[in-house]
Amino acid sequence: MLAVPIQALFGQLLIGLINGSFYALLSLGLAIIFGLLNVVNFAHGALYMLGAFVAWFLAEKAGVGYWGALLLAPLAVGLFGAVIERLLLRRLAGLDPLYGLLLTFGIALMLQGLFSNFFGSSGLPYEMPAALQGGRALPFMFLPNYRIWVIGVSLVVCLGTWAVTEGTRLGSWLRAATENAALVSAFGINVPRMITITYGLGVGLAALAGVLAAPIYRVSPLMGADLIIVVFAVVVIGGMGSILGSIITGFSLGILEGLTKVFYPEASNTVIFVVMAIVLLVRPAGLFGKQA
Amino acid sequence: MSEDAAELAPRSHRVPIAILVAVIAAAPWVVYPVFVMKALCFALFACAFNLLLGYAGLLSFGHALFFGAASYATAHAALEWGWRPELCLLFGTAVGALLGLATGLVAIRRQGIYFAMITLALAQMFFFFSLRAEFTGGENGIQGVPRGMMFGFLDLSRTYVMYYVVAGIFLLGFAILHRTVHSPFGQVLTAIRENEPRAISLGYKTNHYKLIAFVISAGLAGLAGGTKALVFQLASLTDVHWNTSGEVVLMTLIGGLGTIFGPIAGAVFMAALENYLAQLGSWVTVTEGAIFVVVVIAFRRGMFGELSRLLKRPL
Repeated sequence: MLAVPIQALFGQLLIGLINGSFYALLSLGLAIIFGLLNVVNFAHGALYMLGAFVAWFLAEKAGVGYWGALLLAPLAVGLFGAVIERLLLRRLAGLDPLYGLLLTFGIALMLQGLFSNFFGSSGLPYEMPAALQGGRALPFMFLPNYRIWVIGVSLVVCLGTWAVTEGTRLGSWLRAATENAALVSAFGINVPRMITITYGLGVGLAALAGVLAAPIYRVSPLMGADLIIVVFAVVVIGGMGSILGSIITGFSLGILEGLTKVFYPEASNTVIFVVMAIVLLVRPAGLFGKQA
Repeated sequence: MSEDAAELAPRSHRVPIAILVAVIAAAPWVVYPVFVMKALCFALFACAFNLLLGYAGLLSFGHALFFGAASYATAHAALEWGWRPELCLLFGTAVGALLGLATGLVAIRRQGIYFAMITLALAQMFFFFSLRAEFTGGENGIQGVPRGMMFGFLDLSRTYVMYYVVAGIFLLGFAILHRTVHSPFGQVLTAIRENEPRAISLGYKTNHYKLIAFVISAGLAGLAGGTKALVFQLASLTDVHWNTSGEVVLMTLIGGLGTIFGPIAGAVFMAALENYLAQLGSWVTVTEGAIFVVVVIAFRRGMFGELSRLLKRPL
């Protein structure tokens, strides 16, 4: 173990933190949506991909750069999500939640198939903004600026979302409606509209993650397909009951994955799934979930 | 996930079963036999899957794990160890059932959507394992699997012999599932689906029932995967990919959840769809996605669910 060079260790830790940032952003969105809609949004990975593609389109066709895309892409995808909720998901209210999973799975297949059809599967490059290029040389490693930015944004957005749900009136409505939607609507709060907004918000977070990911990974139609399965495992490990829980789980599993890459690279793809199995055997409700 | 009358006291299925057998016997003389064999393998896969989703109410989103692992096991036993095909298939089925036991033990600790996510994650873990492991041949898969001589005298390299063996395997699996569903065991599964706390309060150890159902389903999914490996002489990563897990859900859903015959119709429909749309590449995925959306929104009973409502008898 001591033979591992310190550069490799810190390098993988950094990659782990980056992955953890994406896990946290995505599982946070899933948790919010699940809390209110009781739907596991299988389309989350596809909408993350859509966010990256919107950024790419903005750059290619409209000349809008990274900073604009950071705002516009989540907005556009959030609106798209709101439409999906109004037109499709709403019809499944009151049915077995499995139908919501299947519906969003179908939407994911459609989006991924459409984009594969037009853009192939090799992926498109997306330019890193000039202000975030380069990096700083630390004594033990090279630290790219963009990676620090991604981790920072993810932390700020995640904690911001948490603060909003815990500390504002909107957040308290949200938490109340998660507990008992019928009662909240009896108090005169427009719950259906809140559901639409929540779905749009959760999906917007996925699109934001997609824009953040675009300069690091290539923009490709299947970029979200495998990621979403890992995020599901993250969600099972953390338990979907707690927003803070999904943030902590997301980051720590990213780091764990990075460390596995250093010490036992063969298992780096599977370590999160193994952790999931162990957690299920020891604490079925997940680390932060309420014990049923 | 129930809204059909299929679980009412089973009236005789003699007529529909006779029609099914007749169609299967005649099919290869009308349609391309390899196509029908593919459809039959997927039909068995879908029927096995339906035992879980349609009768026990458990949505496994990782059934490709059992289908694909058995496909690898069968192909490996046939190619590397030179086993006879019936032993290869038994081995594949056993591998499927054992993996089902291991997966089931973990997955039944949660219900509903968590169950779906857990099975999906475990299957994905196996996918990465298959991608890396030596014996699966990675991206190439296991190619050139010999079909061999079944029981020492049935030459499976002849298409029609292979066909009727596949037909026999399918009917055997179908008979096992039909029996299971209409046994007291099957009734308890339905009770668990409808109201698990109540089943527990009546004294049933629901986790045992769910685990046994899971193992049966995984074993028969394995039989389907092994048979597919012999028919196409190939076991590949496609078989263990989450896409295959999604497809079997779709087949069952289109055909009709919790109907005996529905998954067969769904499998034939999907096999035909893939055949006709194959040259369109990723449009197949788009079409599948669209069908998912349409079926979930407007056609939740599926073909045989609707038919059984029209005929006012469980199918």
